[in-house]
Amino acid sequence: MLSRTADHLFWMSRYTERAENTARMLDVNYQTSLLPQSAAVAQVGWEGLLVISELMPAYNKKYGQEITPRNVLDFMVRDESNPSSIATCLKAARENARAVRGALTTELWETQNQTWLELGRMLKSKNFERDPSEFFEWVKFRSHLSRGVAIGTMLQDEAFHFYRMGTFLERADNTARLLDVKFHAVHSDFFGNASELDQEYDFYHWSAILRSVSGFEVYRKVYRDVISPERVAELLILRADMPRSLAASLNEVVNNLAVVSNDLSAETLRRAGKLKADLQYARIDEILATGLHAFLTQFLDRVNELGGRISKDFLVPAG
Amino acid sequence: MSRPMFDEMNASPSEVRAHYENYARWLAQQPEEVMASRREEAEMIFRRVGITFAVYGAKDEDGSGTERLIPFDLIPRIIPAHEWHSMEEGLVQRVTALNRFIHDVYHDQEIIKAGHVPAEQIFQNAQFRPEMMGVDVPHNIYSHISGVDIVRAPNADGVGEYYVLEDNLRVPSGVSYMLEDRKMMMRLFPELFGSNRVAPVAHYPDLLLETLRAVSPATTAEPTVVVLTPGMYNSAYFEHAFLAQQMGIELVEGQDLFVKDNFVYMRTTRGPKRVDVIYRRVDDDFLDPSVFRPTSTLGCEGLLGVYRSGNVAICNAVGTGVADDKSIYPYVPKMIEFYLGQKPILNNVPTFMGRDAEDLKYMLANMKDLVVKEVHGAGGYGMLVGPASTQAEIEDFRKAVQANPSGYIAQPTLSLSTCPTYVQSGVAPRHIDLRPFVLSGKEVQMVPGGLTRVALKDGSLVVNSSQGGGTKDTWVLED
Repeated sequence: MLSRTADHLFWMSRYTERAENTARMLDVNYQTSLLPQSAAVAQVGWEGLLVISELMPAYNKKYGQEITPRNVLDFMVRDESNPSSIATCLKAARENARAVRGALTTELWETQNQTWLELGRMLKSKNFERDPSEFFEWVKFRSHLSRGVAIGTMLQDEAFHFYRMGTFLERADNTARLLDVKFHAVHSDFFGNASELDQEYDFYHWSAILRSVSGFEVYRKVYRDVISPERVAELLILRADMPRSLAASLNEVVNNLAVVSNDLSAETLRRAGKLKADLQYARIDEILATGLHAFLTQFLDRVNELGGRISKDFLVPAG
Repeated sequence: MSRPMFDEMNASPSEVRAHYENYARWLAQQPEEVMASRREEAEMIFRRVGITFAVYGAKDEDGSGTERLIPFDLIPRIIPAHEWHSMEEGLVQRVTALNRFIHDVYHDQEIIKAGHVPAEQIFQNAQFRPEMMGVDVPHNIYSHISGVDIVRAPNADGVGEYYVLEDNLRVPSGVSYMLEDRKMMMRLFPELFGSNRVAPVAHYPDLLLETLRAVSPATTAEPTVVVLTPGMYNSAYFEHAFLAQQMGIELVEGQDLFVKDNFVYMRTTRGPKRVDVIYRRVDDDFLDPSVFRPTSTLGCEGLLGVYRSGNVAICNAVGTGVADDKSIYPYVPKMIEFYLGQKPILNNVPTFMGRDAEDLKYMLANMKDLVVKEVHGAGGYGMLVGPASTQAEIEDFRKAVQANPSGYIAQPTLSLSTCPTYVQSGVAPRHIDLRPFVLSGKEVQMVPGGLTRVALKDGSLVVNSSQGGGTKDTWVLED
């Protein structure tokens, strides 16, 4: 298929996935901020959000040093000058879809287009300010719908595999960032030692992380035990059957990459496979022994490099 | 205005024409609120499907975008079978002659030698491409897709006659609206298609692909055909994407193509792939920066060289503009006689040419009754409709014509036929035209009908979408 077409499909799915993950994080933070807790704790959450997306400088420039929930929500939801806001992501997803609308099934294109049309209406009607959670829920469902329509209607050819690759590369990135920031919020680096903060705070902190990746019920089902940070890390990093974990995301990246391989891509596939194997044969205590932050930083670098290589091999080839 | 009117549906306020009887009876039975809700439904669907066009330089009130809908009218334009058959015959004849003419211009120039078309009309035409001299193209076809604009106007006896207004032989657009309008009608009013024998049009993309494959270079049995678009910000982008999808072929942009060893390739995820036929929706000027406009990023460097060697086909061919110029238009009946030895079936509109001293005198003396057009104008820009213009507008145009007489032509103001159309105040007659899409490959063929455009402003004769025109579904009734 045309490289440019593959590129647009890859980014269409990445932006959709990013919008969903941003909505998930914002929602959990918003929900947690409604709980009785110290203002300082809520503050840590909102700051963390900006740190995850590397947006603190852009935020400060626009709103000053003070971090207020209203400003963070405004910045992360509707601000079109913010490259990671939900509005920007959904618009970019739709622009990428429009550029290759002929390569999409009619249903998939109409889903993407409808999302964008409704977004405009929702932001205009101030629905979001009235009930942020309902809006985040909507973003999540539009993303579910778009993914479901793609799986349910697309021919499983190259277009489909690049579309899927984008989804999972973005998800791997987003989940890793979430973990990094959330663990960082309680420990400057987490080596698996039990938290010194009080238990109640811990429970809400870790369960919020789990909820943001739809993992709360999964955790209970898998571990049938109280929530501990080590297990949260294990679930979201190493469990291949947990759909938003790093391991599950990397499995999908490798599977899809293997199908589309070309003359240039052997090294890219090797590196992706190695990253996947590193997760597959890792143990959480080993990861924690060397420090979670160090591990995730390295993981993010490797995912980022993988994205660059995929781009060079397939999407924007020279000559 | 006291000029005679011709309405496609109503012969008189009390009499419906025979081919509209069935539809008019149905329409009379429809409650107003049902039709109103159908209109809303149509608009909602067009938005969701993204059947929009971009207006250059325009912004919505909230600055959010420049995508607009082309208004769709619910009342179809109906053409009886016998009228269509003679129109079809006339179109085949006309397009065949035009293709012969373009081939002649770029080869032996017999028609100039015979004195039927003045040489300077061709060689001083900005659309004449000397690069095409002596280049042979498959089947000698230049205009593979022709969008011939046809209008109907009453003659002195009040009988409607068809006239060709212009031959669009470069990159005519609008066919996607023809197809989508039909889809919309069938979705909104399925019952109408049970009770009327409406000739189908949905096979147009098949005919188009067949046409494009037919002109592939002889070097391959399984040609790779692509659609070349200027990109998603072009006003007709929807149509480019639509046609590529319907034909199941790649939609490429200039940046996707490159030339190597005298062949054209596209960049794919599996490496370079050779391209054999390019259905380009990019004007000549932008096709190849090494030959035409050097700043163009919409084309592909070296493309013309490959084309001239016969290693790639370009549809429509380069240089077709020499034949659809408003100053060449008056010679088309002569071309038909010269190349085919036949009498023209379709009428030309009588045309006064600024370059002719007698004609110019008449033009300047009668501007208030004439339609004056810039020879190179398009899209409803650069024209004066005398009877609908103010004295000041006429004077401005008169100065422009006097400054550059050969840049203008004039035609009598045809009273374009009308068709009942939904407007704010209810149903009212509005002027319409028709653009059939004629395909020339191994043979000349077309789907029945075409795109009907309607001028939504009361009394307006300008149907272009850029000027507030809308569209209607076009029915050719089978016998």
